[in-house]
Amino acid sequence: MYDVAIVGCGVIGAAAAFELSKYELNIVILEKENDVSMGETRANSAIIHAGYDPRPGTLMAKLNVQGNAMTEALCRQLSVPFSRIGSLVLAFSQDEMKTVWDLYTRGLANGVPDMEILWGEKVRELEPEINGQVVGALYAPSAGIIYPWEYALAFAETAVRNGAELRLNTSVTGIEKRDGFYRIHTNNGDYDARYVVNAAGVHSGEIHSMVAEPTFTIRPNRGEYYLMDKCEVTRANHVLFQCPNEDGKGVLVAPTVGGNLIVGPNAESVSDPERVNNTAAGMAFVRTKALKSVPTLNFRNSIRNFAGIRANTEHDEFQIGVAAENFIDLAGIKSPGLTSAPAIALYAVELLRGCGMRAVPRENPVTTRERLCVRMLSDPQKNEAIRRNPLYGRVICRCETVTEGEIVDAIHSPIPPCSLDGVKRRVGTGMGRCQGGFCGPRVLEILARELRTDRLNILQDGAGSHILMSRTKREVSE
Amino acid sequence: MQDLIVIGGGPAGLAAAYAAYRKGLRDILIVERDRELGGILNQCIHNGFGLHRFKEELTGPEYADRFIRMLSDTNVHVMLDTMVLGITQGREVRVISAARGYETLSAKSIVLAMGCRERTRGAIAIPGDRPAGIFTAGTAQRYLNMEGYMVGRRVVILGSGDIGLIMARRMTLEGAKVLACVELMPYSGGLMRNIVQCLQDWDIPLYLSHTITNIVATEGRVSHVTVQKLGENNAPLAGSEIEFDCDTVLLSVGLIPENELTRDAGIRIDPRTNGAIVYENMETSAPGVFACGNVVHVHDLVDYVSAESERAGAAAAQYVLAGGPEGAADQPERATVELVNGDGIGYTVPQKIRVENVAKAADLFFRVRRLYGESVVEVTDGDAVIAAYRRSQMAPGEMEHILLTKAQLDRITGNTVTVTAKEA
Amino acid sequence: MADLVCIVCPKGCRLHVDEENGDAVTGNACPRGAEYARAETRRPTRVMTSTVRLTGGRYCRCPIKTDAPVPKGKIMDIMEQLNGVELQAPVTIGQVVIPNVADTGANIVVTRNL
Repeated sequence: MYDVAIVGCGVIGAAAAFELSKYELNIVILEKENDVSMGETRANSAIIHAGYDPRPGTLMAKLNVQGNAMTEALCRQLSVPFSRIGSLVLAFSQDEMKTVWDLYTRGLANGVPDMEILWGEKVRELEPEINGQVVGALYAPSAGIIYPWEYALAFAETAVRNGAELRLNTSVTGIEKRDGFYRIHTNNGDYDARYVVNAAGVHSGEIHSMVAEPTFTIRPNRGEYYLMDKCEVTRANHVLFQCPNEDGKGVLVAPTVGGNLIVGPNAESVSDPERVNNTAAGMAFVRTKALKSVPTLNFRNSIRNFAGIRANTEHDEFQIGVAAENFIDLAGIKSPGLTSAPAIALYAVELLRGCGMRAVPRENPVTTRERLCVRMLSDPQKNEAIRRNPLYGRVICRCETVTEGEIVDAIHSPIPPCSLDGVKRRVGTGMGRCQGGFCGPRVLEILARELRTDRLNILQDGAGSHILMSRTKREVSE
Repeated sequence: MQDLIVIGGGPAGLAAAYAAYRKGLRDILIVERDRELGGILNQCIHNGFGLHRFKEELTGPEYADRFIRMLSDTNVHVMLDTMVLGITQGREVRVISAARGYETLSAKSIVLAMGCRERTRGAIAIPGDRPAGIFTAGTAQRYLNMEGYMVGRRVVILGSGDIGLIMARRMTLEGAKVLACVELMPYSGGLMRNIVQCLQDWDIPLYLSHTITNIVATEGRVSHVTVQKLGENNAPLAGSEIEFDCDTVLLSVGLIPENELTRDAGIRIDPRTNGAIVYENMETSAPGVFACGNVVHVHDLVDYVSAESERAGAAAAQYVLAGGPEGAADQPERATVELVNGDGIGYTVPQKIRVENVAKAADLFFRVRRLYGESVVEVTDGDAVIAAYRRSQMAPGEMEHILLTKAQLDRITGNTVTVTAKEA
Repeated sequence: MADLVCIVCPKGCRLHVDEENGDAVTGNACPRGAEYARAETRRPTRVMTSTVRLTGGRYCRCPIKTDAPVPKGKIMDIMEQLNGVELQAPVTIGQVVIPNVADTGANIVVTRNL
């Protein structure tokens, strides 16, 4: 019997697990995919929003601003790269300038710190590459950039180190209310838990409906992106938003914490929440819109397209609350969900306490995480690390300068990856301009060696994504 | 302090190091990131190498072995399994390896021979799912030829670059079904001989002016692609869809010179080649730093890489033997002729010629931007034709070579000459 | 009358064979082109390359080739024969793996020192 079962291990489930793992609780996290952060968390704008977007008075507004304020300390503690570079909402007309003022007013109401309205000249000074037609902008210095998957991973790993059990490849098929607990049916057997946290992202509606009448409907919404080579990163110094209008929130251009440039998204409602394909129309839309902000963008320097899904609902609000006895929803988490995640997690603990959950603080819980990143070390530190373990001197991914030592560390971390993309999410191999063309076969070899398995078993990403099909030179029977 | 550090131990680096040694340099170091010399040749197990350089037909590993053997009789030093993290115009080279840790080396001259990388799906924005089963042709080649794994059973190849064509035949021989080779342009990006012996020999259809417009996945792996004919402005034509059930897509959509080190060092890059701008002796904008092979411009023949690299290596030796940076400072500024790309010319290498440095003739390599039949290539100085060369045919997929003699170069009066291709 | 692209070297000469005129070849830039064109119209041959299993080496496959062109029609038979081959490292370039493979007169030889 577990005290708490968390359904879903994206950034929301992982953050909840992290907070709950600070207490004397038996926790199980049920994740249907073969790794954490495989849904919305893996493919989004990777922005820590300031908090001027949500309507004042909403939970979204409160959790956004609160989450933003928590991010920096958490990232330092958990060794997650985060950079508070600030954001600009650009206005290209007087009409749009009105929107900028509205957002400013909202931001004030929401408690967003240090915002400023900037006029065109100042904006051009801050962002020399942007469209000269810019009239003004809302500057929010508290906005930042992050790797969402690493954030989720850091939460989940720390929870696991505090004793939480993570069950990957475990898909919830039904939930039964028993006497004083829930019996959760999965493809991997049943799990009994006194409390259930629904953090199932685009599937949170289905999970909710297993115990309660529907109160919201997930309307999956796809966004497509470009990731640009590092040589394009100079195009933007801040997160550059466009004014939201009837077409949606607009396309952003922003540096990433890895030193690339991210461009996107569009917004398109789709029927299948698992279908995150790119489309010619979507990519064209993103290109056209982005060029409006930064006319010098060179899409020939694109290194990857991707698309992500958002768990939109019919409500302009997160669906967070008690759905049934001892069952809470952390559902309908769309933007600014990533930013809000740590605040949502704290709120979840309060909700569970409100349901009667006894939460006794754990003695000396793990709240930090260390990750050695060779390229970030000073020269003497590099030599010191290599002396300790020569594998820190063998560069496997040359685009991102990732060493074999870092890859081996990741493979033996609390949540070991089973795929090339799993390694990529942990140490950045294959993130760069050659997209794993060079390091792919080498990472695959290291994974197979360290996991003591045949290379044929190593996946690209999710279930079924086999890379190699067979050996050459079949055996000849005599 | 080394006389010469060569960055990269593939065909370009090997030839440059050997040539520098032959010219009398003794303190030569090759830094190679892989665990062995030879670079990409090790996975190019097909034949067709060496007809120019060795007057016989060799496979890639055999060609590499010739140079490795030549070097084994020298005292050229090799650091394997060592990654170069950065270089400076002051000719410092920062390297990292498991064996020696992190260190900064310095040299009187440097030859950049880092080769190139393959363009990926991200660079060409193919719509669709992003499953396993999409490989650049070279990555698939490594898995197949060196590691002994098949990456797929039913294959569609996008792009008709040489590696893609070679892989079409290799995959077929190893039992895969190659359903199609799809090329965006109205002509092949690879050598004609490879169209014949890799596609036609095996009845693999080549779809010119077509591209993949959708990739569909089932259970995490490619299961289907849609190919469409392209109309004006390369827009896919509705109704021209051809559907293929396949588990693998190989991309052979171009090579990009690997110049991050070069750029970071502030060495000037030609946006047309994506390689360093070089003079007649393969010297870059940084004195004493030379570049050769696919890091300068993408070659179609390794023999030409060797020849160019031997010139770079010899020039590096000459630079060092003439006193290195100090010696160069004593030299008077040489007049420079810049090569301008006229009609039909995609790029030239070198981009600049210091006429006084040319002993007998300057090699000039270029690619045309479209197909040409009977045609003439002209080098003009204003209205004056300095040199003209007849060609029976030219294609963008094939690198062209002309020789400008000292006598021709001496007739140039201006600061620029224009290279033009026109139908005869 | 047959039109071919020469594959002897990367130049890719467009060859023309006139069978009615004693297989006269035109369009070739060198004598090897003429030789190729005549062979190609009568009995096309290719140098074949592949790999065989290798144990005890840095890699578990070793590249090989036929040391002379073999008839096109025999290539798949040869591939079949290669399935049964396993070499033990060290191997050296030129080492014969299968002599007179598939009765073609050509040998399968190693193309890399491993």
